Amino acid sequence: MSELWKRHRNWLAPLLFIAPGALLFGTIIIASSFESVWISFFDWDGVGPKTWAGLANYRELFADPQFYVSLKNNVIWLVMFMAAPPLGLALALLVNQQVAGMRFLKSLFFIPLVLATVTVGVVFGWVYDPNYGLLALIFNLFGATAPALLADEHAVTFAVVVAALWPQIAFCMVLFLAGLNNLSPDIIGAGRVDGARGWNMLWHVVLPQLRQVGFIALAVTVVGALRSFDMIAVMTSGGPFGSSEVLAYQMYEQSIFSYRFGYGAAIATVLFAIMIVFITWYLRMMVRLEKETR
Amino acid sequence: MFPRPLPEEKPLQRGLYVGFVALILILWLLPLFAVMLTASKTADEIMAGQYWTWPKHFNLIENFQAVFAQTNMWGYFINSLIITLPSVLLVLVFSTLTGYVLARYNFKGNALVFALFVGGNFLPAQIMMIPVRDLMVSVGLYDTYLALIIFHVAFQTGFATLFMRNFIAALPDELFQAARAEGASPWQTLRHVVIPLMRPALAALAILTFTFVWNDYFWAIVLTQSDAVKPVTAGLNNLRGEWTSAWNIVAAATLFVAVPPVTMFFLMQKHFIAGLTMGAVKG
Repeated sequence: MSELWKRHRNWLAPLLFIAPGALLFGTIIIASSFESVWISFFDWDGVGPKTWAGLANYRELFADPQFYVSLKNNVIWLVMFMAAPPLGLALALLVNQQVAGMRFLKSLFFIPLVLATVTVGVVFGWVYDPNYGLLALIFNLFGATAPALLADEHAVTFAVVVAALWPQIAFCMVLFLAGLNNLSPDIIGAGRVDGARGWNMLWHVVLPQLRQVGFIALAVTVVGALRSFDMIAVMTSGGPFGSSEVLAYQMYEQSIFSYRFGYGAAIATVLFAIMIVFITWYLRMMVRLEKETR
Repeated sequence: MFPRPLPEEKPLQRGLYVGFVALILILWLLPLFAVMLTASKTADEIMAGQYWTWPKHFNLIENFQAVFAQTNMWGYFINSLIITLPSVLLVLVFSTLTGYVLARYNFKGNALVFALFVGGNFLPAQIMMIPVRDLMVSVGLYDTYLALIIFHVAFQTGFATLFMRNFIAALPDELFQAARAEGASPWQTLRHVVIPLMRPALAALAILTFTFVWNDYFWAIVLTQSDAVKPVTAGLNNLRGEWTSAWNIVAAATLFVAVPPVTMFFLMQKHFIAGLTMGAVKG
């Protein structure tokens, strides 16, 4: 036995090492995601037997006005979230000075990032309260009445996204600060000698060096936008009348509240398809950037 | 450095700068100050609609006492610990092993396995919700700590593997050649060469995983139901529904939920930031 082990350990040992993590991730994350696609072809209440439905769930979904509302909101999330990298960069540039006390101030800027999204949701629920909230206070200062943003179907998604941007901007700020600390002093120095200053310097000398960090910031922002669920669940429960739902929330609601697991799985599959496009782009960029830096 | 450092010999300019940054910071954290203010008020003041005045009677301690005595927050808090701590430990163990193999063994399919870990870790939770929930129901783990622990370990292993693989791949090759020349087994190499060098990576990953798992809300509401196993995030949202008008109590509970991740962040700030930016920045 030990003879056999010794002869084969050079390939058996790594196999044993990778097995627990790979099996767990492979079954619970990867296989489950594909199983969702399979379930989307059935009618299923989550408890009883599944009955084959073919493409019926998809036919219904593509005729469902709520699906287009959710999809549109996903696009709003994605577009508005694109403000996070530039604003994060702006904050990073603002605090990137070595002055006494700056380290502490900097770390206070990061706090939204470590708060649970539920906490952020509850906090912004306060901010938006039309009677007593922070927003109401500001409106009252100008003698105006604050709008009930979370009850207005045209404004609600924007209000939720602004709240979600708070931690996302902090995230991008952390990334860009690390990038700024890693700038090549030689290239900056050469830029200064050539008379580059301010905007010029930022655009032509600094930003090219932040490409890799910028790519990561963009990727985590896209993922953050497509993952949006917690804030919606906490702040609006998708309302009023489904106007703040996104695909992820609609999927959850159809499955857990309406017991339509097959239909929910069809929504999950659409989300999955969107993610696969993004992931393919990400992996290709990652390989390209890794080659560049070698 | 960019922007150009402020000159040392101009203390006024530096002072104005710090003042300006502090002003932006106050605006940035204004929502949080609002919660702190509310958490310091008495129920009477809240009832009277006085949210933004300075508290007449500083009531923070009493509000916290009320949270512990009249709500189940303490129970949720313990649940969160029971779920989070073993998850972090298991993620560290599994990802060290997977990261080591993916970084140091050139087998066929290595890139594919790595791509699956990386890609899978981006998937929104809802995509795998139905099968995972069904699995936990059918093996009798639904509404137990174990259901959440198993899921979190599986999911976080994706990001953690990416992290560990990159860290171990960046270690100098000579170390591994020397180990091979000495006839060290894979286990000995891992135990005596890799693990002693991993401390910063383990610390960074531990604090990140802690924050991710502690802050989870979605799986808490999908995989649990009873107060006996619910973590703080789900508990806080319940509380908000039950104590609609007692904002001072809800505010105190909100602060309480935020305490562990914020404390961990300040204690291990360097590791937290190193962890988040690792891979994003080389060197």
